Amino acid sequence: MYITPEGKEIFVVDGHIHFWDGSPENQRNIHGKQFIECFYAYHNALSPAEQRWEKSHFEKYSADDVYRDLFIDGPDDMAIIQTTVLGDFYKTGFGCIKRSHEMAARAKDRFIINGSYDPRDGEQALEYIHFMKETYDIKGVKLYTAEWKGESKGWKLNDPWAYKCFELLDKLGIRNVHIHKGPTIIPLNKDAFDVHDVDYCATDFQNLNFIVEHCGQPRLDDFCWIAVQETNVYGGLAVVLPFIHSRPRYFGEMIAELLFWVGPDKLLFSSDYAIWTPKWLVEKFWAYQIPEDIAAERGVQLTDEIKEKILGLNAAKLYDIDIEDRKAKLRADPVRIAAE
Amino acid sequence: MHGMCAEREAEVWQALDRVTDPELDEAVTEMGFVENVEIEGPSVLVSFRLPTYWCSPNFAFLMCEGIVREVGRLPWVARARVRLEDHMHAEEVMAVVNDGRPFSEAFAGLCDGDDLDALREKFAEKAFQRRQEAVLLRLRALGHSPEAIAAMTLRELEFTEVEEDRLARYREALTGRGLAKWPGDLAFRDWAGVALTAEGLPAHLATLRQVRLNMEFNGTLCQGLRGARYKEAVEVDGEPTLVDFILGRVPPRPQAAR
Repeated sequence: MYITPEGKEIFVVDGHIHFWDGSPENQRNIHGKQFIECFYAYHNALSPAEQRWEKSHFEKYSADDVYRDLFIDGPDDMAIIQTTVLGDFYKTGFGCIKRSHEMAARAKDRFIINGSYDPRDGEQALEYIHFMKETYDIKGVKLYTAEWKGESKGWKLNDPWAYKCFELLDKLGIRNVHIHKGPTIIPLNKDAFDVHDVDYCATDFQNLNFIVEHCGQPRLDDFCWIAVQETNVYGGLAVVLPFIHSRPRYFGEMIAELLFWVGPDKLLFSSDYAIWTPKWLVEKFWAYQIPEDIAAERGVQLTDEIKEKILGLNAAKLYDIDIEDRKAKLRADPVRIAAE
Repeated sequence: MHGMCAEREAEVWQALDRVTDPELDEAVTEMGFVENVEIEGPSVLVSFRLPTYWCSPNFAFLMCEGIVREVGRLPWVARARVRLEDHMHAEEVMAVVNDGRPFSEAFAGLCDGDDLDALREKFAEKAFQRRQEAVLLRLRALGHSPEAIAAMTLRELEFTEVEEDRLARYREALTGRGLAKWPGDLAFRDWAGVALTAEGLPAHLATLRQVRLNMEFNGTLCQGLRGARYKEAVEVDGEPTLVDFILGRVPPRPQAAR
């Protein structure tokens, strides 16, 4: 719960967090080492100086760390854990749905744990989707199109097997598809950050919601265009939001574009924990106003009402969370961690 | 260190200033990507490092190719090579770039045998748009009306108070594309060659703004990531070299990076 300086309670759903193990013990090869180092560089590059972590802590943090950083020190009421497996890089997975469930067992009402699959597995991907539905009753999935798999260095959302998987998600009522558009490297002669495949699947699977993480950056223009065309495309603010600290005016330009094109009902807050922690992000976001000249240009402003939507109401809608009911449950079961 | 050697190293750095990151339209030297220059007689080896191991290999190729081309233009250079450090496809990129072969030979299986011409064109367009926006925003801030901007010729643009470096970058992109040649030609057209109109200016600027927002996103991240990735290396290796003194880069750039 975030309490505004005026005393208003804001329900916060953190739309994209990880419970990862990027430690050297779990790294399979140089790629695993380089992957967590890249995350650590993001963390260092955009965090305020006093929020930076030691590398070893960043590589692997405990369940207690998660509870403290999100719910005790941090303002989150709920968090959506996204599973990023990276099986070619990490022995037991970078993220792992089973590990996330064990971590979340203490406070089930606070977490939504999304699954993940790789359409390049073909039939096995379909079987695995069934397994995740039956075992964990997943409500969403996270797809990482830049993931390596043997010779393959990535895949597209409109590949034939990607479509077969979407058909199954639709049939099973798994409606929320979070998409991480990393720098895919196929085909290599094209723009590595292309987001146009989102357009195809969003048109063809109207029952599914596609939440594009970091709003398709660095192809904000393409993302905005697609989100205008497709009513089921949303923007996740992971990576975009931390610019609020280091480049506040630039953040204003980005959020003005997003509000103008995508609209206040289709943007989702996320800290991308543990790359960043939610406390400083939410505090800065609540205090933020788009500079006047930028706001005037696009005719938009981040009102309190819009901030409240972005911080939690929009995600609650996507995941059928009854906020009053949930608040009551959370109050009855406060978060505790072992004394340090 | 004798004079000629230092002079040649300075020439190499100046040649490197002409190589841009295609994604950002910033000089690779400005971004701090060039780590080292080694000269042995007529042979030059440039050590080059990107902000992450994952930087797209096609972008890496374009920059490495630019380095080999620009350094190779110096009259005393017989052989220019790049050493791409710590990159997932370093071996493949170096193998073709240092041998003067095309991109498609390194990644035949991954790019349908195509080369990077379409990508080059796309980045050239973005660079043009970004440079044009910088000039248009400045003109607007100086109080020029949309009508005056739309009707402005190159000669008239030269006589405005727009700063010379900003102007030079735009002029280079404009004439490079062949969108204006003579002083009497219109100064503002879009990439397709359509002349800017007063009514169309706000929408045109909105388009250009999005291009800039994309480029700045990566630019900020790249500088931040590079700074974070090589913090330790910089501390170990932070001694200014001769060329830093020659080019007035003391303290050395990595420490000045944001």
